Formats: sequence, C-alpha cells, structure tokens
Amino acid sequence: MPSNLEIGLYVFMLATFVGLEVIRRVSPLLHTPLMSLTNAISAISVVGAIMIISNEEATTLSKVLGFVAITAATTNIVSGYLITDRMLKMFKRREEKK
Amino acid sequence: MGSLVNYIYIVSGALFILSLKWMNSPVTARRGVFAGEAGMLMAVAGTLILHHGNWQWILTAFFIGTAVGIPIAYIMPMTAVPQRTAMSHACGALAAALVGTAEYYQRQPHASTELVGFTMVALVVETLLGFLTFTGSLMAMGKLQEILPSRPLVYKNQNAINFALFAIALGLGVRVILVPTDTWIFPIFAGLSLVFGVLLIIPIGGADMPTVIALLNSYAGLSACAMGFALDNKLLVIAGALDGSSGLILSIIMCKAMNRSFTNVLFGAFGQIQTSKGKAEQRPYRSASAEEAASILEAASSVIIVPGYGLAVAQAQHKIRDLFDALMKRGIDVKFGIHPVAGRMPGHMNVLLAEADIPYDRLIEMDDINGEFPQCDVALVIGANDVTNPAARSDKTSPIFGMPILDVDKAHTVMVIKRSMNPGFAGIDNDLYYMDKTLMLFGDAKAFVAEILKELPAAVKV
Repeated sequence: MPSNLEIGLYVFMLATFVGLEVIRRVSPLLHTPLMSLTNAISAISVVGAIMIISNEEATTLSKVLGFVAITAATTNIVSGYLITDRMLKMFKRREEKK
Repeated sequence: MGSLVNYIYIVSGALFILSLKWMNSPVTARRGVFAGEAGMLMAVAGTLILHHGNWQWILTAFFIGTAVGIPIAYIMPMTAVPQRTAMSHACGALAAALVGTAEYYQRQPHASTELVGFTMVALVVETLLGFLTFTGSLMAMGKLQEILPSRPLVYKNQNAINFALFAIALGLGVRVILVPTDTWIFPIFAGLSLVFGVLLIIPIGGADMPTVIALLNSYAGLSACAMGFALDNKLLVIAGALDGSSGLILSIIMCKAMNRSFTNVLFGAFGQIQTSKGKAEQRPYRSASAEEAASILEAASSVIIVPGYGLAVAQAQHKIRDLFDALMKRGIDVKFGIHPVAGRMPGHMNVLLAEADIPYDRLIEMDDINGEFPQCDVALVIGANDVTNPAARSDKTSPIFGMPILDVDKAHTVMVIKRSMNPGFAGIDNDLYYMDKTLMLFGDAKAFVAEILKELPAAVKV
C-alpha cells in the first residue's frame, strides 16, 4: 500500500498538470477574473482552519489563530466569487446590447 | 461518515477543475464561477459534518468574513481590482500561515509521533510561503494603491541582504523540521518569513506588478497545497495545485510579454538603472489640437485604439466608449489593441473596457492585431508608452529591446494622447513620438477624448 504521502504526491502531480492544461486555454481577455477566481478557490484553506478550531484539544492560541484564519479565508471566498461574477457580467458581445 | 466526506471532497475537487475549464470563454465563464461556489460550499459543508466542535467560533468567523467580503465585492471600483487582488492574496496566505502555526503548536504535545518527517516539512513550507506572501502582498497592495512609492526602493547590497535573510529563515526552517520540540525557534522563523516578504517586494517597480501579483497568486496556492500535505487532505492539495499552476502560467505569460526572466523581475529593480542614462537631446515633434484629431479620425476608415495604464489613472474608459460609439456609428471600424501587460495585473485593461460596455469581440490580443496595423488609418495611443516603443524591435542598446510590442508605428497615422513629453515609467524615451506621421495630443486622457467628441458632430455636418 502506498503511504498517504505518496498518494498526496500523485494527486499533486496530476492536479498540477490538469491546472496547467486547463489554464493555458483561458483567453487573455479573462485573465483578471481568472485570477480572482483562483484566489477564491485557494481560500479552501478555510477547511484546514475549521479542522484546527474544532479539534478537541484546541488551545486558546489555536482557537484564536483559527478564528482569524477562517475570517480571512471567508472574506476571500465571499468577495472573490462575487467580484469575479461582477466582472464577468460586464463582458458582453455586441448583439446582446439593447 | 468519514467516507461520505471524502466523496463530497472528490465532487468538490471536480467542480473546481470544471470551474477553471469554463473560464476559457466569456460565454461559459459565469457558469464557471457558479461551479466554483458550489465546490466551495460542498467542501465547507462536508468539513463541518465531521468537524463542528467550537461551532460558535466558526460561525462568528463566517459571519464577520461575509460581512466584510460583500461590501468589498460591490463597492470596489474596477480600476482598484489589482489592489483588491493583492489584498486577497494577503488574506489567503495569512489564513494558510496561521493554520500552519496553530497546527504546529497544537501537535506539540505529541511531537515525537505527529511532527515527524514530511508532515513537518509541509508545515514549514506552508508557514514560510504563507507569511512571506502575506507581507509581500501587503507591500504590492501598498504600491498599487500608491500608499507606498510605486518606484523600486533600492539600497546597497540589497540582493545580498535579501539572500542572506532568506538563507537564515530557511536554515531555521530546517532546524525546526529536524528538532520540532525547539518551540522558541518557530516565532523567529515566522518573523523572518514576514520580513523577507517585505524585502522581496519593495525593490519591484509598479510596471512589474502584473508579474508579481501572478507570482504571489502562485505562492498562496502552493501554501494551501502544503497545508493539504500537513493535514493529509487531498482536496486542499488539488485546489492549491490548481491555484499554484494558474499563478505560474500567468507570471510566465507576463514575463514573456516583457521579454524578461523571473530573476530579472525579482532582483533586477527595473526602471532604476535607465534613469541614470544621459538625457537625450531635444528632438522635434508635431502636436495637434482636438479639432485636428477629430477631423483625422472622421476621415479614417479603420482605427485601432491602444490603451495603457494611463487610461485607468485618468478614468477615461467611459469617455473612450463614447468615442468608440461615435466612430462606429460613422461606419469607421474601431478595434482595441491590448498588450498583455497593459494595466497593473494580467487582463486588467479588458475588464476596464468591458466595464465601459465595449463589446469584448472588439478587444484584440497583441499577436492577433499586429498584422492589422499596416492597413490601419489611425492608431490612437491612450496612456500607453513602453509597449508601443519601436526601439524594442530595433535598438539593441535599449533596456526594453526584445520585448514584444504593438506595431503602432506601422499605422498610416499615429496619434498619442499624453500629458507631456516626459518619458514614461521606465524612463525610456519613445522614438514613436518623433516620427513624421505621429501627432502628439497633449492633455489629460479623459478631458482630451471629451474634446475630440465635442469636435466630431461639427465635422459631420459639413
């Protein structure tokens, strides 16, 4: 059986290649929304923060650090997705104009 | 329950990949955002199934984050998007770094079994990248917001000092990995990472911000990825790797568009060396009034507008849209030629023009539009400078030699809206301005375009 680390490295390798291939195809037109979207996705660290704070052994220190981390990551998630959508709404073709 | 959560994570990871895939076209992009939101919601909900101790803390943090995030998303003007992005990089990196720190101290009592080998390596990488990206992004944000001077801040032996500091931080990191029980080292290590982030970014000038932001994006992603290894959570690894590769690709594109290498951007302090060059002799140039500019535009059958960061500074995008409409109504073909590094982050100019309701099929990338300049009657340069400098093609001594540029000089007539003849950010004189077919239009971009517009209807009645 491969260890967790080995499986993790496999996942990392494959995800990196998928990421490179998928993002290479994004038109330069959308690079700014792309960056704010990936930024929101990287706020997935909220998952780690939740795990830390909800741990039974959580000390006051880790609760406080986790709290700040969840706040920061949630800000990113909320503002990241909303502003990306706001930007994308502005991209219109000619025909769609009234 | 545990396996259910794992399945939720798998679906969530797939949604993240789909979300990025759908970003490849403006038609599907909004679906992409939706997929991303769904993926994130599932990931958080899935995590809460197993981990909901101290839920009051979690809920309060969610609430504060949402309360802060919503106004940011709706109030932020589009010209300030680069600053906001830098700020989010800072928030994301801070979250990762703090989780790493908390994790380290929390597992301390079981150090001999839990803080060994690769877990510890991952924790150190996570906190190092997290903290340095946090302060680095704050510096980038300060420069973009012009709280800090956007020119490079340099001092003697800068690279040597930075390198030494980084080496010490790395050394302490290795020491923490080898002897995780030495808790006193950790705060020093974290502090040095914070300081290094500041020092890394202050020597970088405003024009290089597109690359820097992309690079910080990549670091923030890799930091989340390292967290995935430390917590043995594959979803974090996937999302972090996607973010990391996205940032990497964008920064490579930005570097190519400036014909520079990573090391040159990070350690070159661009824009500092050239200013010391002797002042060039005064050369003759032609200038024109708004009235003349209007009649030239009126007579043209095709116009290519080349926008640059100056446009964003002058907030001229809506006036330019009016000009675009006025010319299109007269049957003149108007397109926009967009250089990859125009603006302060990748693709920034497209967002500004889209905000002004200019249809995106009129926004043309550099490689696609360059062939059209020789057939184009008028090239109108607004707030762009170095990306139009023909010296990049011909003058081997120029600091921007080899940088891909928009071939504006091949158009039949060139008009440049500019405040004065002062050289641009990089301090390089632009030969374009002294060509016989170039007309300089002096003034603020927004005010001047408004004046041209005023002259246009008069011209049509004749």
